[in-house]
Order: sequence, then C-alpha cells, then structure tokens
Amino acid sequence: MKLFEFEAKEIIKNYGFEVPQSVLIKKGDDIEKKIKEANIEPPLVVKAQVLVAGRGKSGGIKLVKSIDEAVKTAQILFETPIKGIKPSFILIEKAIPHENELYVGIVIDRSLRMPLVLASKYGGVDIEEIARTKPESIIRYPINTVIGLRSYEARIIGKSIGVTGKALNSFEKFLTTLYKAFIEYDAELAESNPLAYLNDKVLPLDLRITIDDNSLFRHENYAKTEEERLGENTEYEIKAHELDLAFVELDGDIGVLGNGAGLTMTTMDLIYEYGGKPANFLDMGGGADAEHVKTCVKFLLDYPKAKKIFINMFGGITRADEVAKGVVMALNESKVKKPIVIRLTGTNEEQGREILKKAGIEAFNDPIEAVKVVVSK
Amino acid sequence: MGILVNENTRLIVQGITGNEGSFHTKLMLDYGTKIVAGVTPGKGGMNVHGVPVYDTVVEAVKEHPEANSSIIFVPAKFAADAVYESVDAGLKLVVVITEHIPVHDSLEFINYAKSKGVNVIGPNCPGAITPGKAKVGIMPAHVFTPGPVGIASRSGTLTYEVSYALSRAGIGQSTVIGIGGDPVIGLTFTEVMEYYEKDPQTKALIIVGEIGGDAEERAAKMVEEKRFTKPVVAFIAGRTAPEGKRMGHAGAIIMLGSGTYKDKVERLESVGIKVAKTPFELPKLVSDAMKSL
Repeated sequence: MKLFEFEAKEIIKNYGFEVPQSVLIKKGDDIEKKIKEANIEPPLVVKAQVLVAGRGKSGGIKLVKSIDEAVKTAQILFETPIKGIKPSFILIEKAIPHENELYVGIVIDRSLRMPLVLASKYGGVDIEEIARTKPESIIRYPINTVIGLRSYEARIIGKSIGVTGKALNSFEKFLTTLYKAFIEYDAELAESNPLAYLNDKVLPLDLRITIDDNSLFRHENYAKTEEERLGENTEYEIKAHELDLAFVELDGDIGVLGNGAGLTMTTMDLIYEYGGKPANFLDMGGGADAEHVKTCVKFLLDYPKAKKIFINMFGGITRADEVAKGVVMALNESKVKKPIVIRLTGTNEEQGREILKKAGIEAFNDPIEAVKVVVSK
Repeated sequence: MGILVNENTRLIVQGITGNEGSFHTKLMLDYGTKIVAGVTPGKGGMNVHGVPVYDTVVEAVKEHPEANSSIIFVPAKFAADAVYESVDAGLKLVVVITEHIPVHDSLEFINYAKSKGVNVIGPNCPGAITPGKAKVGIMPAHVFTPGPVGIASRSGTLTYEVSYALSRAGIGQSTVIGIGGDPVIGLTFTEVMEYYEKDPQTKALIIVGEIGGDAEERAAKMVEEKRFTKPVVAFIAGRTAPEGKRMGHAGAIIMLGSGTYKDKVERLESVGIKVAKTPFELPKLVSDAMKSL
C-alpha cells in the first residue's frame, strides 16, 4: 500500500526530522484561511496528493508566488485528473530554494535478503532513469537487520554521494530516521527524491513509503483507508479488489482464469504464442471452492474487454468438480453469454467433466488444443 | 536418494489441527511420509489421523527425538513464531506453506534459520516431494513418478503441470521443490542446485522461474562458473506480463525495470540453458539434454 506524500512526511516529522513547513488541504476547505493559519510565507509549492508515478511531469506540482495564486492553483488541481485520478488532498508547502538534489531510497534486496540503501548524487529524476543514464553514481549499501543501520554507515553513504560538513550530520540523522520508518512500517520502499542538499542540512522535498500489503494487519489505521489509494488501478481492478480477486487488466479480448499465479501467467503466454491476446490475468488461487469460482467467472462475464473466456485449471488442492460446479452456477445466474473454453485436469477431473457435460460444455484435457480453439473462436 | 526430503524424513506438522493442516497430514501419510507429531498450541493431547498432537515443538521433539523436519500450516500472523520455534527446537528443515507472510518477517526468520544451519523452503510454496519416498507439501501425489530429473520451481500449479507432462512422457523426477512465490524466500534456485549437484539420482535439472527478482540470473551464473555441471533447461512464466503489476505472487513483479522475461531468457541462454516457450516443450528439451551426456 502506497502512502500519500503527506502521510510519509508526517511519519518522518513525528520521528523528529525536519520536513518543509506545510498545510494539508482537503476538498471543500477554506484554502486561504488554512494557509494563513499555518503561517507559511510564499513562495509556495502546491502539490496534488496522488499515488500515480510521474506526478510532476503530469502537472501535479506547481510553484506559486502568492497566497492568492496558491488558492487558485489548488482549486484547479482539485478538478484536474492526473492519470485519471482527481486528488482528494493537496499539500501546500513552503518552497525551498536549493541547488543540489540527492536520491535516497531503501528497498529489500531479494537475493541478499537484506534491506538495501540506494543513494545517488543525481536526484530529482526517477531511480530507473538514474540507473539508465548514470548507473555508476548509484551507491548500494546492504543493511544487516540484526544491528540495523548504524550512524557511521549513514555517514559513509552520505560521503560517498558527496555530502560533507554540517550537512553530513543532518544526512546521517535523515537516513537513520528513514530506516526506522522502513522497519517500523514494514515498508517495501522508503524513498526521498529529491532530497534537497542545502548548506548545512538535507531536507526531504518528496517522500514515498510503500507498506507491504501482507503486513497491513499491523498497520490498521492505513488498512482502513485502502479504497482511497487504488490510484494506479483501473475501474475493473478496483472492482476485483473489492471482491478480493487477484486480477490485472490487460489489452486483449480473451478473459483468462487459472489456478495459481504461475499457471495463470503461463496461460497468458500460451494465448500469445498461439496468436491470441489475453484481456486480463485472474488467479482463482489455491483450493478455490465452487462459490469462489462462480465469483471469478461472473466477473469475467461482466468484464467488457473479455469477448470470450478461457479457463485453465490443473487440479491439485483445487478440485476439478468444484471448479465445474462454480462455472455452471455462474452461467446459470448470469444473463451475459460469451464463448467459453475450459481445460480441466487433475484432482476429481472425471466428476468435473461430467458436471460440465451436463451443462453442454466439453472440457479439454490438453491445454494447447484448448488454447488453439479459444483463439480461433 | 533425492534431496532434502526422503525416507529418512521424520516430520512434525505445525498447525496440524487446522483445516489445511489436518487435510494434508492425511494425504502425506497416505503417500508414506513419516509424520511423528503435530503441534497446535492449546490442543496438546489430541490425535489427528493417528498423529499425536503437542502444545509446543519442544515437547514434540522431546517425545520424538527422531524428528528432523517441520511443515508449517500456521496462519501468516503467527507463521514467523512457528519458524523460530522449530529452529530453536533443533529441526534442520522447515517447510513454510503459509501465504501472505509479511516480507520483513520472512527476512528475519530466514536469516535466523540460516545462522543456525537450518534450511527453510518457502514461504508461499507447495513444499517438496521425492517421488516414491516422501512428500512434504500439498502437491497432488499422482502426477509424480520416480526418476532422474530434478525440478525447482517458483510456482505451485505450474510445477504439477511440468511434472505431469514429464511423467506422461515416461520421465520421472528425483526431487521436485516448489521454492515459493514470495520476494524473499529460504532456499533459492542456487541453493537447491548445490544439493542437486551432489545428488547421484539427479541427472538433469528443470528450472521453472517467473518474472521478478534475479534468482534465474543467479542460477545462470552458477552454471557459467561451473558450480553446477549437470544439464539444465528452463521455463519462465510471465513473458506477456506488464511491468509494475503484481501477477498473483508477491514476488512476480517487474520493478525498477529489472526482472523482465527478456533479461532472464537472454542470461540463461548465454550460458547454454535452453528455455522452453511452453511448459509442454520441457520433456523433450530435458530428454535431449540428458541424451547428450
């Protein structure tokens, strides 16, 4: 779960590190009054609080010279969709004049199985971009979780990206604070980009924290606000999320349902291989019962991009008869008719085939044969 | 022979009284796996399919000192604790079936287990099977047959698909391991390859990978450096998956431009590992690879 910039900054601020002076505006607030109450002097930066990448390039961040201008800009931003999403919050911050922008991020290195600090003296653009254009500038520093990120390590990292003097002490404090947030908030990513490098200190101009979804039971206050954050998701991905389905929207016309992530991805790959295009990824998961299968199939029947449906199931923990029952239930309950091709193998496949046969569906055993048929339909 | 699980496995099932724990205890027993005890806190004294249940792993090990492995069906919230418990009780292999464990938890318990010389398989995995010897996991037994091919896979169902295709082509398996679909897992491809390299039964290896991370690239490096010398063929799921989206598995995501299908295939092919376009090409690829021995 991605946190909004203002939430991430709140966390860092509560840990005692300075962030730019700011005020948070909700839709409907008296913007002028709030800015004046917060006592922030222009110039100001008006920032739409959205979770999509490339917010700046999409016009979600504006520099303004007066409170008047800030009010107008905020009003406009509230009505301006950024990659399809209108912001519910706007953060108005004191502009910080600066010349140098750094990049600092913490991620989990899957192979080392350790948190990894990434730092570069070339902040302000995406880390992907830095990795492409100046890969040698990226410092990678793994952290042993038993002792955590020590202050001396933060200083080594700071020096290696050119931070010196008084600012080095500030960098050390910032990075250890960011690490603390990374650990305490079960983060997959904690990142400041840009981190302004001023004369005597560093100051996070932007801050992102992504919480590992699997740990949300430890972060209930954020878990409650899940639907506000489905920023980068499409309408059908949001609907699927509400139904607790593992669904990703794609651009083709064949609705795909499989059991298991690897098999479902492979099913998409097979469809491409034989000249078709999948309309989605949808994994029914392990051990799905008829009720859950029904939900999945009905979802695909209602999903307009899917002109036809391909179900590929290999029964292990999932039983073929349960899948067959679920399919038949969905077809009976739904008014939508779409061509449907099913490949059914594994646990209880005979019973499954029998159930489908009674409903007039001939199930395939060979996945390739089945894929060829669905592509040609 | 085979690796990690075999006729010498003496298993403890953690979370044995739950739905999944009890169901799969039955199936593992049917397969011939030696299950010596089960653990569920507060249910000590019970019996599940003839297996005695204890409150703690320490008690189970005290009563059954031959125990050497554990399989965990405990809910995600409590799974980390279950791993620490079996590591501290001296078990040498811990198989974590549980899905949705927080990645920071996995990071810590995997490093802890490693420091104590304990192997962790998973989390979010189907377990491991040495056909004809022992099954420590949730895979459907009927698709496996004993033979010369090792399989290491990041995906569950796809592992069954591949094993079934091999078995139908008359090619058996030495040990099949689902290493798990999470970003941070215990034994990775390279670590199980060290075991396969030493196993006399294993004549060739199939790697079933997917997008995300660099586990496949590291396996390629191991072949390049001749630390793994048996024939290897591979399949990678997710050729058509879009960037930045999680494809079901927490670990199946292309992030920061790395972990793409193309990178993985190029790296594997650069060291002579043939990559199948579909899982159904694997039986032919692996049998060709073995013929060239």
